[in-house]
Parts: sequence; C-alpha cells; structure tokens
Amino acid sequence: MKHIYFDYAATTPTHPEVVKAMLPYFDEIYGNPSSIHTYGLEARGAMEEARSKVANLINAGSESIYFCSGGTEADNFALKCIAFANEAKGNHIITSSIEHHAVMETCKYLTKKGFKITYLSVDKFGMVDPADVQKSITDKTILISVMHANNEVGTIQPIAEIGKIAKKAGIYFHTDAVQTTGHIPVDVKELGVDLLSMSSHKLYGPKGVGAIYIKKGIKITPFIHGGEQEGRKRAGTENVPGIVGFGKAAELAKEEMASETQRLLPLRDKLISGLPGKIDHSHLNGHPSQRLPNNVNISFEFVEGESMLLNLDFEGICASTGSACSSASLEPSHVLLSMGLNHEQAHGSLRFSLGRLTTEEDIDKVLEVFPPIVAGLRAMSPLVRI
Amino acid sequence: MKDAFALYSPKVMDHCRNPRNVGALENPDGVGHVGNPVCGDVMELYIKVDDNIITDVKFKTFGCGAAIATSSMATEMVKGKSVEEALAISNKAVAEALDGLPAIKLHCSVLAEEAIKSAIEDYQNKVKKN
Repeated sequence: MKHIYFDYAATTPTHPEVVKAMLPYFDEIYGNPSSIHTYGLEARGAMEEARSKVANLINAGSESIYFCSGGTEADNFALKCIAFANEAKGNHIITSSIEHHAVMETCKYLTKKGFKITYLSVDKFGMVDPADVQKSITDKTILISVMHANNEVGTIQPIAEIGKIAKKAGIYFHTDAVQTTGHIPVDVKELGVDLLSMSSHKLYGPKGVGAIYIKKGIKITPFIHGGEQEGRKRAGTENVPGIVGFGKAAELAKEEMASETQRLLPLRDKLISGLPGKIDHSHLNGHPSQRLPNNVNISFEFVEGESMLLNLDFEGICASTGSACSSASLEPSHVLLSMGLNHEQAHGSLRFSLGRLTTEEDIDKVLEVFPPIVAGLRAMSPLVRI
Repeated sequence: MKDAFALYSPKVMDHCRNPRNVGALENPDGVGHVGNPVCGDVMELYIKVDDNIITDVKFKTFGCGAAIATSSMATEMVKGKSVEEALAISNKAVAEALDGLPAIKLHCSVLAEEAIKSAIEDYQNKVKKN
C-alpha cells in the first residue's frame, strides 16, 4: 500500500540533492575541520560554505551561526547560556505558554536554579499579545523567548513587534524558529531577534544537526566545554556531513520557498475547508490566516486522536495528534489547553502537516477516507448523545 | 513499510480495526460507566443477564486504540460467563488475552476490568431492589 505522509512538521524526508551533497563527506573528505592538513582544510572549507548558506537563509552574518545537534539543543543553548551569563543582572525570563518542550522543560530546569519564569497566555488562536510582553517586563528581566510559529497549530507569532519591545527595554530576545526557517521568510534583522534556533531535518536536511544564531557581540556562557570548535561556545568535532547537508538544504529552501508556499497554500486550505465541510462538530485550531503554509490542525469532537491516527494508518495515511494517548502522561497538548480547548477537544485533535511530496490527490484521499473513520468512531463513542 | 504501531500486538490491532460487540443494548440488565474525558478514556459496558449468565454484552468507548481493544476483548471474555466468573476477570487477564499491552497503556486494561465490575454492580443493585 502507498503511504501518504502528512507529518512534515515532525520531520521531513532528506532532499535527494542534500543526500548527494553529504555523501563525499563520509569517506572521501573525512578530515577533522580542526586539522591543519589538506583533508582537514577541505572539511573546514565545506563547513564554512554551509555556514554561509545557513546564515544567508536568515539574513545573518556567518560569524553569528553556531552549529549544534538540532532544535532542542539550540533552545537549551539559548536559554541556559543567556541565563547563566546574565545572572548578575537579573533572574527573570519571559516566555509563552505554547512553547515547544525544548523551551518549556529548560525553563522548568532554570526555575530550579533560581530563575523566575513568566508564561504568557495566548488567545483562542494561539497568539501571544505583544502588550502582555511589555507588561511582564521587570527590572530583573534578562531574556524574552517566544517561538516564531507554533509546531502544533501553526500560528505565526508577532515576533517583529516583540523584537521592538525587547530592543527598547534592552532585553535579549530569542525565538525558536524551528518550524519557520526554510518555510517562510526569516530575517533576523526584520524580526529584531538576538538569538534564533534552527533545525535541519525540518527543512529537508539530515537529522542530528541544527544551529543557533547569536547576534555578534552577545556574551554567553559556553554550552559545551572542550576544544575550540564553534568559537569555544560549543565544543566537539563538528558533524561535517550533517552540516554540509544542512547547508545544502538551506540553499534549496531559499530557492524554492516562494514557489513551494504558493503550491502548498491551496492544498492546505482545501483540507481546512474540506474536513469541517464534511464532518460536523469539527473546528480548526490555530489562526485562520497568520498560519504556516503547511499546517492543518482540527479538533473532531467526541473522538480521540490516537484511535483516529490508527484508523488513518490502516488507510496508509500518516498524521499526528495532540492527544496524550501516545505519551506517558495523560495530559493532552499544553498548546491546545492554553488556547482554551477543553480536554475532550484537545484529545480529539489531529494535525496534518504538508510538504514537498504532498499532492492534491493526497488531499483528496484524506477527504475521501477520513469522514467515514470519524463516523465509525463516533458510532462507538459514549460521548455522543443522540 | 514496517507497521507504524508496532508497539501494539497484532491482536490489539485486530480488535482496534474490527472491534467486537460495539453499541448499546436496549433494556440492559446492567450498565457500567467508567473513566472520564479529561484522561482521554471513557468506557460504557452494557450487559444482559439470564439465570446468572451474561448472555449479551455491548460496549461504547471514547479513547485510544488500546482502550478500544481492551473494551472489545472484555466483551468477548464476559459473554457466556456467570456473574461470578465475570467478576473474577482481572485487568491482567484482559491484557494477556490481547498478547500484552505497552506499559503506558496498562491503565486501559484497568479501565476494562472496572467497566465489567461496574456493569455487574449495577445489575446486582437492580436485582436487590426488585
């Protein structure tokens, strides 16, 4: 059976051209970039070329890009290293209640280390209000961290507005741009951010590599101690094949972003209008327009997410849910709960994320097979009272 | 492609895909209602009892694949059993009958056991009243 992949927000297939670009760096140009010989210099050259491609994607200088293992590390890097470098100035951090776990759990850890965290609430569309950021600032605030777009519901946050507030107050501003880099324009100058997290495997690059942008001149505590790699901020021999792949993926993303967005938008909107059109008691989660071009998140009342996923998988369709049933905790998505959904609605949410290989036929297939799945599960659901 | 839900046994998947005894009974002798939507699992079990034997059983479940499979299996296990035999069915027995459940899903089998006990309790209360 042909499988249809609707989980690009979880990860993307590595672009064939990216794989091709990486291959020589496993067994031909395998030198350590720190070595002072031909093999080492060649590896270093490739790595620096990749750095400039990644920098170019977000309109930054190469010297501000630090490679690491991915989005989670970049978030940990940003929060911990700014926090520990500025402890003397203050211990207050502002973030939102819909951040990725990489930020949420790091904040929890920092709380144990004596930091105070303000979690900004969001409106029913999952949007942070910049005025709330302004109100939350105290003389102890050292960092603001708000994600560029939410990974579950796709809502794009008013980062540039928050950036202005942060700049005026002289507070460092970090954004987790894992879901946006390579998908919508990301310009660190326009956004006014000091730190920005990126992940390669969300933009058709390999897994296990990412980067953090740290604006020139910002002093941080090193994240990993050891050798002199990555400006002594993140020690350890670099993942050269991964970095080369990330660079290639960034280059391709920049070239294809505009046309890919134009291609995806009608497909996304066909699903957004089509599913609630065919299934009553369902509603879109996230912002209707300030939304990632590849994100569809809908709650279907009276049914639970994992059972929908299983039934979709029987039909060869791979999607994702905000229900807790595939995790150890019984709590559903903190993002959906923050937006005001009740537990039942949050358990009944499904995310379809689109990407390069998504076709209109794929969308039509979902519109064909999914309504009977929901009908079947509702026939079984004790929550439906007729 | 390898089964995406390899964490579930083939038997769990079978009961998920083709759940047995789905629905409600008209004029049931006992109804069990357990769980709540906050936790993501709600089970309802309907039983018909003749001469102390459970002759018919149906279920409705809101929940994950494991919740549906344990409900379905529970209905198969109680059908034809005496009330005492059905009361002796443990969550472990339900899980074992499904060739096991992932650790994080064991609470679903607990819910299935509770649903059986709750339906029988409802039946016994009705008998006492009459």
